[in-house]
Amino acid sequence: MFNKIQRFIVADILKNRIVLAYTLLLGVLAWSVFSLEDDSHKGVLTLLNIVLLTTPLVSIIFTTIYLYNSSEFIELLLSQPIRRARIWTGLFFGLFFSLALAFIVGAGVPILLFVTGAKAIILLVMGILITAVFVALGFLCAIISRDKARGIGIAILLWLFFSLLFDGLVLFLLFQLSDYPIEKAMVGVSALNPIDLARIFIILQLDVSAMLGYTGAIFKDFFGTGLGAAIGFGLLCLWVLVPYLVSLRMFVRKDL
Amino acid sequence: MHTMCPRLIKIVLCTLMTGLLMHVGISRSLHVGSGHPYVSVKEGIAAADQGDTVIIHAGTYKEGNIIVDKTITLMGMDWPVLDGQLKYEVLSVKANNVVVTGLVIQNSGHASLDDPGGIKVYDSRGVHIIGNRLKDNFFGIYLQYSKHCIIKDNIVKASGTEEQQIGNGIHCWKSDSLQIVGNTISGHRDGIYFEFVTGSVIWRNIAFDNIRYGLHFMFSNDDAYITNLFRNNGAGVAVMFTKNVKMFNNTFEDNWGDAAHGLLLKEISDSYIFNNRFIRNTSGIYMEGTNRIIVEKNIFKANGWGMKIQASCMDNVIRQNNFMQNTFDISTNGSLVLNTFDSNYWDKYEGYDLNKDNVGDVPYRPLSLFSVIVEQNPPAMLLYRSFIVTLLDRSEKIIPTLTPDNFIDQVPLMHVIPL
Repeated sequence: MFNKIQRFIVADILKNRIVLAYTLLLGVLAWSVFSLEDDSHKGVLTLLNIVLLTTPLVSIIFTTIYLYNSSEFIELLLSQPIRRARIWTGLFFGLFFSLALAFIVGAGVPILLFVTGAKAIILLVMGILITAVFVALGFLCAIISRDKARGIGIAILLWLFFSLLFDGLVLFLLFQLSDYPIEKAMVGVSALNPIDLARIFIILQLDVSAMLGYTGAIFKDFFGTGLGAAIGFGLLCLWVLVPYLVSLRMFVRKDL
Repeated sequence: MHTMCPRLIKIVLCTLMTGLLMHVGISRSLHVGSGHPYVSVKEGIAAADQGDTVIIHAGTYKEGNIIVDKTITLMGMDWPVLDGQLKYEVLSVKANNVVVTGLVIQNSGHASLDDPGGIKVYDSRGVHIIGNRLKDNFFGIYLQYSKHCIIKDNIVKASGTEEQQIGNGIHCWKSDSLQIVGNTISGHRDGIYFEFVTGSVIWRNIAFDNIRYGLHFMFSNDDAYITNLFRNNGAGVAVMFTKNVKMFNNTFEDNWGDAAHGLLLKEISDSYIFNNRFIRNTSGIYMEGTNRIIVEKNIFKANGWGMKIQASCMDNVIRQNNFMQNTFDISTNGSLVLNTFDSNYWDKYEGYDLNKDNVGDVPYRPLSLFSVIVEQNPPAMLLYRSFIVTLLDRSEKIIPTLTPDNFIDQVPLMHVIPL
């Protein structure tokens, strides 16, 4: 399943203290949420906040820093007769696999234990997809700038943008355009932010979706159907593929 | 004089006794059914006199519209079925003090002009409809211009799918002093419908899976509904254009959907909502144009919105309720607040109680900024549970700027009120 590079990277990262701490953090949060809330679906909502906040942050920052820190190792690999794309892919899968594993061990186990039905699966799949998206974005950040500080700065900005500023903009737009029928357009706008996409996906699985009113009904009509769910899933996959492929292209062509 | 008196009493007593005996002697039981003196219900009723009992034995009777136009008791043995063949009104009661019991009444005609019902009572007093089963009728039990009637322990069931193609379970119009007790109603448009009905009580009924409202009040003053269960109806319970209604001890459950409420109050005044349970509704209570109502000692649990109080409401008092696990406890659509919140328990309250008197030392503001935003701009609900919303709510809690100042519970309780 893994080639040698991937195996080496996975082994290296799994020993990393930050990843261990991340696993532990997710575990403590998830267990305490489910043991404190007497209603498991409220627990899901609380966990949703945590998943949509910490997972992207840790994924993107850790990936970026790891890539900068292993620049010497990458250069060493490059001196060997291995194709560049193979090295980059190896790094990506290594990072994604170990962070996803951390998520599954930390949050996945309590989710599967306390939450029943499709909700648990969706929550888990979304967590893993969000990890993949932000690992891919981390790769983009690391390759854009040679300067480590700048790269990490971009990573933090991206995280801030997707988890906070984007929604602020959406709120602003909602009020500016409140006289127009913007409900359908909102489906398109939400596709521009993987975190929103994941959040709406999970909320549609919960009872609270009835509170979303007319707009929610449109979302449900769209994402609730098999085709809509496939499109939503596809969009999230695009959010992994596009940043990663762009970074790969830049890495392959880069003059090191 | 002294000798006259006992004799007079004797004469009076004798006359009374004879009258009573004659009356009992005259009152007969007429048996209807195959192998009985009367084959059809209509024949039985035609042969009956005032005060007789028509006993209908098991079997299916397809006799079109059966009219009861004299004071008799219509009693079913072993659940005889009166079938309207989807064409006729099954039983029309047009006399006072009629008793209808033990019948299965099914398949009344469907028509929106003359509203045929399973049992329809026209302009009568003292009619008792007790312990019947009504299946798949357009209207189940329909009362108009009736007084002092008792509708008790009936099972009214239909399987309507669209509002305009089915009538109400128990429909009362322009009536007075009714008792609707212990009925189970499902699958109709409204479970129980009151229009221009006064001085009546609705007690211990169960209304579930109805297409529109479990209970619907229009222009009906001075009524009470007590200890009923309203579950999973299209839009909950509606009380509109009414005054002086008592709502005690009811349970409003699982009225969940885009336009569903536990209890919808519209243009109603001087009423009392006491000791009810609102559980898992999209909004527990929705109030509009509601004045001088007391909402006391209720439980609001796991609703989307505990209460939606529109700015058109005035002088309502909300006191000593438990608000638990609601997504939003309260929301409103304006900045004008003319209602009072007093001594409620809010599970979102984060204050402290230094002197341990079970009253929080800092006031509680039940209105979150996000609920105000959503009220002004419903699509904003899409941002529900996003980071920015949490952040906005937090900052608003610390320094309230956008939410109304006086939307406040000055004495929030620290512990759940045992209800």
